[in-house]
Amino acid sequence: MRIEELLNHTGEWLRGTGPSAHIVMSSRVRLARNLADWTFPGKSVKKDLEAVLKVFSEAVGRIEALKGSTLFGMTELDQVDRQMLVERHLMSHEHASNPEGKGLLVTAEEVVSVMINEEDHLRIQVMRSGLNLSEAWDIINAIDDALARELSFAFLPSWGFLTACPTNTGTAMRGSVMMHLPALVMTKQINKVLAAISKLSFASRGFYGEGTQASGNFYQISNQVSLGHSETDIIQNINGLIRQVIEQEEQARQALLLQNKPMLEDKVCRSWGLLKTARIISSQEAIELFSMVRLGLDMGILKHVDHKALNELFIMIQPAHLQKIEAKKLNAFERDTKRAAVIRQKLGGKDV
Amino acid sequence: MTCDICGKKKATVHLTEIVDEQMSEMHLCEECARQKSAQMEQQFGLADLLAGLSDTVKPASSKENEKNPLQCSRCALPYEDFRKFGRLGCSECYTSFKEHLSGLLRKIHGSNKYLGKTPSSFQKENLAASSKEERPLLVVTETLEGLKEQLQSAIAAEDFERAAEIRDKIRNLEQKD
Ligand SMILES: [Zn+2]
Ligand SMILES: [Zn+2]
Repeated sequence: MRIEELLNHTGEWLRGTGPSAHIVMSSRVRLARNLADWTFPGKSVKKDLEAVLKVFSEAVGRIEALKGSTLFGMTELDQVDRQMLVERHLMSHEHASNPEGKGLLVTAEEVVSVMINEEDHLRIQVMRSGLNLSEAWDIINAIDDALARELSFAFLPSWGFLTACPTNTGTAMRGSVMMHLPALVMTKQINKVLAAISKLSFASRGFYGEGTQASGNFYQISNQVSLGHSETDIIQNINGLIRQVIEQEEQARQALLLQNKPMLEDKVCRSWGLLKTARIISSQEAIELFSMVRLGLDMGILKHVDHKALNELFIMIQPAHLQKIEAKKLNAFERDTKRAAVIRQKLGGKDV
Repeated sequence: MTCDICGKKKATVHLTEIVDEQMSEMHLCEECARQKSAQMEQQFGLADLLAGLSDTVKPASSKENEKNPLQCSRCALPYEDFRKFGRLGCSECYTSFKEHLSGLLRKIHGSNKYLGKTPSSFQKENLAASSKEERPLLVVTETLEGLKEQLQSAIAAEDFERAAEIRDKIRNLEQKD
């Protein structure tokens, strides 16, 4: 697969369906693994990093579940290509900014990706649409088993999987869920909910669109601890917490409808109108409008809007994607113009 | 509005951060926010924990420490570097810094007991090993000194249940001597 081919579609996890898809955009499970025979990447020289890449790529060739996947060497990609992979949630900013000795494995449909030589030798992730951590765990667990048959992982029976940072030691698993919580924000209850989440040792943070611009209505919630609980326990705990947050958001949505339905409808429909007609738009503004349209769609105020198209726009409106679509470097103003055009086209806006 | 961190660029990102139930609002430029988010992802409170560690886990003897600083027997990472940067150098660091890490892991995760999956290669090794000897990888040789350090950190963490457990172990060892 060439990197350009990624542009023709977006990840399967953006299809906008699955359990509680009206509030949960996507679920992700990540595992960190290190190879016992090498020092961790941060303490390794280039030669060792390249050896790890080679050993991993040979192991992948013997694993049925990873057939048809592509391994990108980071130094073979230019800066825009690397940024594009970050924008697709396939790898981290850190992985893109210092490419030497690093790699990224991506399966077809972008369900599984593996960062090689980030902070740990392997960072495996599986993304699913909607609230689907258990399914993501089943997939990643099987891939981890297959890799463990080929590679010898750094592991102690007493402490589990050994990672560069002690916050990951143990299961070295992080489950996270991207939630859309506009009604909790509008009814000013969001801080109360986030405070409760932090009390339970879960982390929450905003969704970063263009680079890092936070949009108030998208929150990623993940577990913090990786010792003292099994993987499935941790996933059940996250699920339990997420279900409560879903319930709170649903109640807040009903409250908004009861209190001021015309106001809500006006906000939603104006956002829809803006997206279909704007000629210059920043990613911050776009994400705020997407949020309102998504809310309108999920509450039955708007119909005939394609959920999947809306989700895909989150990825496509980011700077590297716009530049890949246009196949040239764009400055900030050109990007804002191109972004508006991409949105209009995708949402069927008429070029009046 | 200018960025709270660098004080130079325009703040375009507005973050609510919650640490120890204290909520604080931050207004950051894109660049600082990116760094901040990477920190939040990977070092959630780790710096504080590592800083606090010096108070609870005292080196066995500070004089000896100057001459012979603790470091990993495989990758030679000095323990001081781990305390400064929060990153270990290799899997052997876990054995070299075992005493210190035990308390730290407990502080981070609320437990230092592993309950997750076991890779298949270890399942075999363990089976073979346990038939000869009793699971050698799990044997922790507890020294009186190590236990006393653990006791200090348990008390500092107000984990009195564990402190009582350790005190019993110390008594047992002292009786054997
Ligand atoms: Zn700044
Ligand atoms: Zn080491």
